[in-house]
Amino acid sequence: MFRLLNIELIKLLNNRASVILIIVYFALLSLISLIAVINFNIGPIDFHLAEQGIFNFPYIWHFNTFVAGLLKFFLLIVIVSMVANEYSNKTIKQNLIDGLSKKEWILSKVYTVLVFALISTLFVFIISLVLGLVFSSYTEPNIIFSDLEYLIAFFVKLFGFFCLGLFSGMLIKRSAFALGAVLVYFFFEIISYGILMAYYKGDDIIDRVYQFLPFKSLWNLIDEPFSRLGAAKAFASQVGEDLSYDYAVHWYEIAIVLGWSAIFIYFSYKLLLKRDL
Amino acid sequence: METILQISNLTKKYGNLTAVKNLSFTIKKGNVYGILGPNGSGKSTTLGITLNVVNKTSGDFKWFDGTISTHEALKKVGAIIERPNFYPYMSAYKNLQLVCKIKGIDYSKIDEKLEVVGLTERKHSKFSTYSLGMKQRLAIASALLNDPEILILDEPTNGLDPQGIHQIRAIIQQIASQGTTILLASHLLDEVEKVCTHVVVLRKGEKLYSGRVDEMISSEGFFELKCEDEARLLQFLEQHPAIEKTIEKDGLITAFLNAPLSASEFNKQLVESGIYISHLVMRKESLEEQFLQLTDNN
Repeated sequence: MFRLLNIELIKLLNNRASVILIIVYFALLSLISLIAVINFNIGPIDFHLAEQGIFNFPYIWHFNTFVAGLLKFFLLIVIVSMVANEYSNKTIKQNLIDGLSKKEWILSKVYTVLVFALISTLFVFIISLVLGLVFSSYTEPNIIFSDLEYLIAFFVKLFGFFCLGLFSGMLIKRSAFALGAVLVYFFFEIISYGILMAYYKGDDIIDRVYQFLPFKSLWNLIDEPFSRLGAAKAFASQVGEDLSYDYAVHWYEIAIVLGWSAIFIYFSYKLLLKRDL
Repeated sequence: METILQISNLTKKYGNLTAVKNLSFTIKKGNVYGILGPNGSGKSTTLGITLNVVNKTSGDFKWFDGTISTHEALKKVGAIIERPNFYPYMSAYKNLQLVCKIKGIDYSKIDEKLEVVGLTERKHSKFSTYSLGMKQRLAIASALLNDPEILILDEPTNGLDPQGIHQIRAIIQQIASQGTTILLASHLLDEVEKVCTHVVVLRKGEKLYSGRVDEMISSEGFFELKCEDEARLLQFLEQHPAIEKTIEKDGLITAFLNAPLSASEFNKQLVESGIYISHLVMRKESLEEQFLQLTDNN
């Protein structure tokens, strides 16, 4: 395993474009902490976002993993190009000739993706911990370390998403087209979902079907956290709306995404087995 | 002799096209093999199959008597196929480090092999800045990294300038002289004739000949003759028991032998018959002529 990771790291870390994108990604992740300094000061209203409770434990786990999850597209570029470039440089052929098996080749990519997801999760964990310790109103250990399932969901979300990128790169073999395909599919899923939701108003059949599709299943892992904010709740109760909503991370949501990951990895491998290079 | 690669009844179809048809041959340790064939005769496809990058349709191949899996076997093989494929953004040295990692060997050989192909001075330049000749030499260095049991070269001089071709040939000859088994696919016949001991001739995916190069050029050769008195010479040739046939063209008479006969002995016989010739050359058919005969006749 470490041999395969090592091979992949030599390829990645010598590629300037990849390194820059990775750095930008982690820089953006750290920028989450900058939300803390958002401070509106309009006449009598003094609005300091950090004091609205977004950095309170355990809510911070939910909020930060959600926001960090939006940044995953940066790493998608790295992952798609690390697969597709092997085709355009024909280095995949050379790797196999040099004695890497097809299985090892796919595994080296999967391990890399796993490490990306793991490091991102660890990074978000540390940033959230620091932010929370600075701004949270509650700092008792049992509160700090509650709701950590959001981090697991975050890890699974990234892994599933990167596996999708991996498969797309394998299938299409050209970075730009592979990225485009992911985006086109992304919009297709969102728009069709929006249209169908409007059509079947009041029926949850669409949700029940769409929870099995790649992007919706990724989205479902971490529900949007904003309506959970104290301010939003207060506002909702004033206008008489009930915002009680299920924010929890469910095992079946994780299972669906892991299922997709397995499918993506398996078919990437099958593609490689079947193709003449 | 130890068998390195055995190919039996290998077939590869691309849709309707059969690129390799029921091909069998064996590579033994210590020989230098050439695979000859016109473009599109299935040379690269055959090598691709044995190198794990092309899927066979039917048939079988075995590396090292089938004792180890193909990808493990390939760690003991050095191969370059068509164009050199490396990571363009990495230096030669880094690229070779990667190959070392894949083959599971340490970095100590890198400098030695770069020296062999004369790239030591440019080893820290990016691969993308290399000329085609340098790229091809780097590919050879990469194939040599593990001191391979067999070196497979597919059209190694394709697209190179004369100096580049010369450099690559010198390197191949040097490697061959050290006793490394080599499999060289090429459509350049003089290239194969110069370095190979054995040859496999392919045409449209089928094997036309396989065996030793000197046995392929098996004829006794021929004389090229000129004489003032052509009629008498032709009459003499017709009666000579060692002459199979004669062809007259542009005043030059070519007499093909069917039994061994040296030029001096032949000259003596001519003089004894009172025939004095003005031109006498004894030649053997080149591999090229043999090859063209083989590939045309079928």
